[in-house]
Amino acid sequence: MDYTLKDIKHIIIKKPLLLDSGKTLQDFPLAYETYGKLNESKNNAILVFHALTGDQFVTNTNPITKKEGWWSTAVGPGKAIDTNKYFVICANVLGGCMGSLGPKSINKETNKPYGLNFPFITIKDMVVAQESLLDHLGIKKLLSVLGGSMGGMQLLQFCTLYPEKSFSAVPIACTASHNAQQIALNELARQAIMADPQWENGNYYDEQKFPKNGLAVARMAGHITYMSDSGLQERFGRKLHEKQDIEFSFDPDFQIESYLRHQGNVFVERFDANSYLYISRALDYFDLSKQFKNGLTEAFKNNKTRFLVISFSSDWLYPTKNSKEIVIALNASGANVAFAEIKTDKGHDAFLVDEPEFLKTIKSFLDSNFELFKNENRI
Amino acid sequence: MKIEFKIISNLIPNQARILDVGCGDGSLMQSLIQEKDIDARGIELEEENVKKCISKGLSVIEGNAENELGQFPNKSFDFVILSQTLQAFYNPENVLDHLLRIGKYVIVSIPNFGYWKVRTSLLFFGRMPVTKSLPNTWYNTPNLHMCTIKDFYEFCGDKNIKIEKIIGINDEKISSINRLNLEMKNLLSEVGIFLIS
Repeated sequence: MDYTLKDIKHIIIKKPLLLDSGKTLQDFPLAYETYGKLNESKNNAILVFHALTGDQFVTNTNPITKKEGWWSTAVGPGKAIDTNKYFVICANVLGGCMGSLGPKSINKETNKPYGLNFPFITIKDMVVAQESLLDHLGIKKLLSVLGGSMGGMQLLQFCTLYPEKSFSAVPIACTASHNAQQIALNELARQAIMADPQWENGNYYDEQKFPKNGLAVARMAGHITYMSDSGLQERFGRKLHEKQDIEFSFDPDFQIESYLRHQGNVFVERFDANSYLYISRALDYFDLSKQFKNGLTEAFKNNKTRFLVISFSSDWLYPTKNSKEIVIALNASGANVAFAEIKTDKGHDAFLVDEPEFLKTIKSFLDSNFELFKNENRI
Repeated sequence: MKIEFKIISNLIPNQARILDVGCGDGSLMQSLIQEKDIDARGIELEEENVKKCISKGLSVIEGNAENELGQFPNKSFDFVILSQTLQAFYNPENVLDHLLRIGKYVIVSIPNFGYWKVRTSLLFFGRMPVTKSLPNTWYNTPNLHMCTIKDFYEFCGDKNIKIEKIIGINDEKISSINRLNLEMKNLLSEVGIFLIS
């Protein structure tokens, strides 16, 4: 996956960004992509935040990987987030590997890739960096912000840092605070990467080798957490992989094994292992309630944004319980919130696949809020 | 609009902040927003209804009011509305305590079990009553705690709940209920609407 920055739409953020970890970044690239057209009143803009392994290429063909964009099911002409109507923006997160400054970028001080010299970043740092993009595009107030999983966490952070910048918000399958199980699963993925001898303490950029196996195992573990027990059983069950009977070997006998191996293999082609380490760490450090003296309720105090919180019944990675905590805090602070749990067996991945009830819900929410937002502008 | 909703709407001043508990498909909330420019929130158990509300741009959370009311701060709403759902809760007393805590005023409407058609059904036919406001049969009714207008009136007295107003509905006719006509209205009203605080 080779590309140079000039192939990718980006801004250079000149303003110094003081990171939570204490370091300062300056003059760094933030890559982004847009879909649809910004209307004259500039009231049809939607900012989408991507998840851990996503990127700015939300829909259409990703020009780097040549694969479908990660949210093609939801975003596009005539789709739930209709690009004939709305102007959709998505940026590659800080620490990512699709054009924004990340561990594989060249450190100007050493003229070498950062590797483990990349500063630790947080969800808040990611969000502050992305806010610059709105200035650049001349957008004062977004119609909506949407994000699933880590995207939802960025969204919550965005709404607390910039309560005036979005008319509505749809946090999907996320949490306000990474819990022990979520941290544990990330640690498992990181240890898989770091246990690969080709990881070389993060200094693998000079050679042609990189921690392919470790990163693939991390992805496989992650993939299991994105699916539900019943979803897996229905799709794979004990079906065998291109054979009539089990073969008493460690090759993939079962379809689920070959599926996971395939997911691991395609992932390493497009994702940087150090980015996985840094971004997953940012997730673990995320605890919105700790940023406010009186917890999460204070986070949303006086917030006028219209929220729609969505969870999926079979999601065990970021279960409904986590979404309910957000709803409770929003209600306790008097904010404007709707909440729906979508019944599905697709697990955490439900927001990325074609889940009609989910897509219908976000479409109707966006469309009705667009009407309200247009009226607000008129007044 | 349903006559009950018209009465409820008349009890609510413009730009009030309301919570509709068991808001159904949001039709009451929507008409209150359009007519009275109120700030409305809702709670609804049925997923399908919640989606209908969301598509109308209403802020409705999916959940069971018996578990969800605790999250709202004291006196955070001017009015809390409970339209013909009190009898379906496991613990209506607890729900009412919450409603009175959350809202400055509470509007509760109840299907009146003291209505004459209900009484005659049991008295003359020996069958559990099925009427317009009690459309289910005994084996599939969601109603666990039926009461009469008089029962609720006395309940309010026992609990030191202040009754601001009672309105009875019989067909399309509405009438005000007070201590003096309570016995008669308890017989003649199909639905009772209480404004309490």
